[in-house]
Amino acid sequence: MSENVQIESVLQKRIDSGKKALVVYITGGLGEDWIQTMHSVIAAGADVVEIGIPFSDPVMDGPIIQMANDYSMKSGSTPVTILNDLREERPAAPLAVMTYYNLAYRMGHERFAASLASAGISGCILPDLPLEELDIWSESAANSKIETILLAAPTTPDERLVQICTRSSGFVYAVGLLGVTGMRSELADSAIEIASRLKNVTSKPVLVGVGIGSPEQAVKACEVSDGVIVGSAVVQEMIKASSPEKVGELVSTFREALDKNS
Amino acid sequence: MNLKNPNEKGRFGPFGGRYVPETLVPACHELEKSFIEAWEDDSFRKELDFLLSDYAGRPSPITECFNLSAELNCRLLLKREDLNHTGSHKINNVLGQALLAKRMGKKRLVAETGAGQHGVATATAAALLNLECCVYMGEVDVKRQELNVFRMKLLGAEVRSVESGSKTLKDAVNDAMRDWVATVEDSYYCLGSVMGPHPYPWMVRTFQEVIGTEARKQSEEILGTTPDVVCACVGGGSNAIGIFSGFIDSDAELIGVEPAGGAAIGRGVPGVVHGMESFLMQDEFGQVLEAESISAGLDYPGVGPEHSYLSSTGRARYESVTDDEVIAAFQLLSRTEGLIPALEPAHALAWISREREYLTGKTVLLNLSGRGDKDVGQMMEILNV
Repeated sequence: MSENVQIESVLQKRIDSGKKALVVYITGGLGEDWIQTMHSVIAAGADVVEIGIPFSDPVMDGPIIQMANDYSMKSGSTPVTILNDLREERPAAPLAVMTYYNLAYRMGHERFAASLASAGISGCILPDLPLEELDIWSESAANSKIETILLAAPTTPDERLVQICTRSSGFVYAVGLLGVTGMRSELADSAIEIASRLKNVTSKPVLVGVGIGSPEQAVKACEVSDGVIVGSAVVQEMIKASSPEKVGELVSTFREALDKNS
Repeated sequence: MNLKNPNEKGRFGPFGGRYVPETLVPACHELEKSFIEAWEDDSFRKELDFLLSDYAGRPSPITECFNLSAELNCRLLLKREDLNHTGSHKINNVLGQALLAKRMGKKRLVAETGAGQHGVATATAAALLNLECCVYMGEVDVKRQELNVFRMKLLGAEVRSVESGSKTLKDAVNDAMRDWVATVEDSYYCLGSVMGPHPYPWMVRTFQEVIGTEARKQSEEILGTTPDVVCACVGGGSNAIGIFSGFIDSDAELIGVEPAGGAAIGRGVPGVVHGMESFLMQDEFGQVLEAESISAGLDYPGVGPEHSYLSSTGRARYESVTDDEVIAAFQLLSRTEGLIPALEPAHALAWISREREYLTGKTVLLNLSGRGDKDVGQMMEILNV
């Protein structure tokens, strides 16, 4: 098994060059050309791509990603087909998987971690697996050299933020608002707040996600954070059945705005 | 002896835990702390006891079924949770949680509901205690339980129809949790069963133990001893755990009855959804399966973690019955005893009726967890009258 590209070092390199990091979420198995979309998104400037593996009960996700989940699953996607689609690819940026814990639990922690690694995945985000329940998974993930990215929320108390930062690898996912994934008309104040609280306690990359729907919001969040995660806005473009190029164009607008302002 | 409390991680044996997004973890900690403090506070307990008696009508009686006992050749007793205000055992839990929400300074109750019984109970408590109330209900259930939808609205609650997934209880839980993620500062998630993340399975059980405590005393008065069999339906499992709690240290056989189309223990394997590790109906990849049951209240692919634990230790046994058996039982109790049961406890009676040979000569206590008024419209269609 080849060594996976480490998410943290790729992001750190971008940050060290004085730029902001851009992580883009796409739903795995959404449309026949989703693999092309992944490459297109990377070509447009995504530093890392999160591949969403659909789950039947995505409690952290809003309407757009729920809909994308449904489409993907109805077209026959499973964790196995999505990882198989990736196995032959050599993407130019590291990948992380975002899904829910039961898929790992069901497959078995070791097997799930190993199957991510063998599909060329470097990291994993399980939003319903908080610190207290993390041990079994993180051991298996470490065995397969998978970085486990943890979420920090606006409600998280200070001492817990420190624990989350200590145990998170790849980056620290700052949840920008109280709520599920999806676009909002304005960037929540809580996005700036959580990012600055995190920057005070960690040297790991701090990226804000949830509620980053426009390049302007991304730029604003990056006044404090090291970068952003853009999900629903991109997935909405995928759902519109537009081409991988169109999705790439949307991602470029984020990349350009971030580069211009950094 | 009582049911065991979960360990500090909220586990009953290997089951339970707290699998929620980080946003909700601090809220669960706060809830756990507030519940422990409230439960140790005499004034909270007094206020709850007062509401349970003077508002909800407790204690609920036990009724001996002379006609049906003769037909089944056993001695059948019913714990009459159908006689509570709002028509089911759900009010026991809701009054406790609504008082707790008030004590915690929350302004709004969020709830999921399947058959609508928990939604109606929550809307009722919200009206009484002057709290806002928002109830999530699957679109399928909104249609088959329209009377309860109207009741909730009449009580001042907002009912939000859930159109995702299977459009039943499982998806109503998802949307209620999504609401809670967004409103956690002012809202209180009033979960309706012994499920979800710690401390809910334990807290809801504690509020439902009143059923078992009363039933133990009452059945000893009637029988001179404890019953041979204690039987209840299981969706999430709150009425079952409530009555089991009174007999855990007795010789009574404890039987939980699941619908065949939603038999988490009977047909599931361990999994994690809705904040808990427990038996779950799921496919080979871990996608949660859609339950299919005639009863909206039991239309749930999971089960409370303590039931998984009681099943794994063998202290309780879990059986399943088909929709057809339930329909027959629904009519049987109506015809023989003049009691129209809710479709949910009709599951427990369906098992008793099917196992009449095994139960011959035994004393059987059934938790009649709710009344059937809400199901009459649906049964009219099914029975084609």
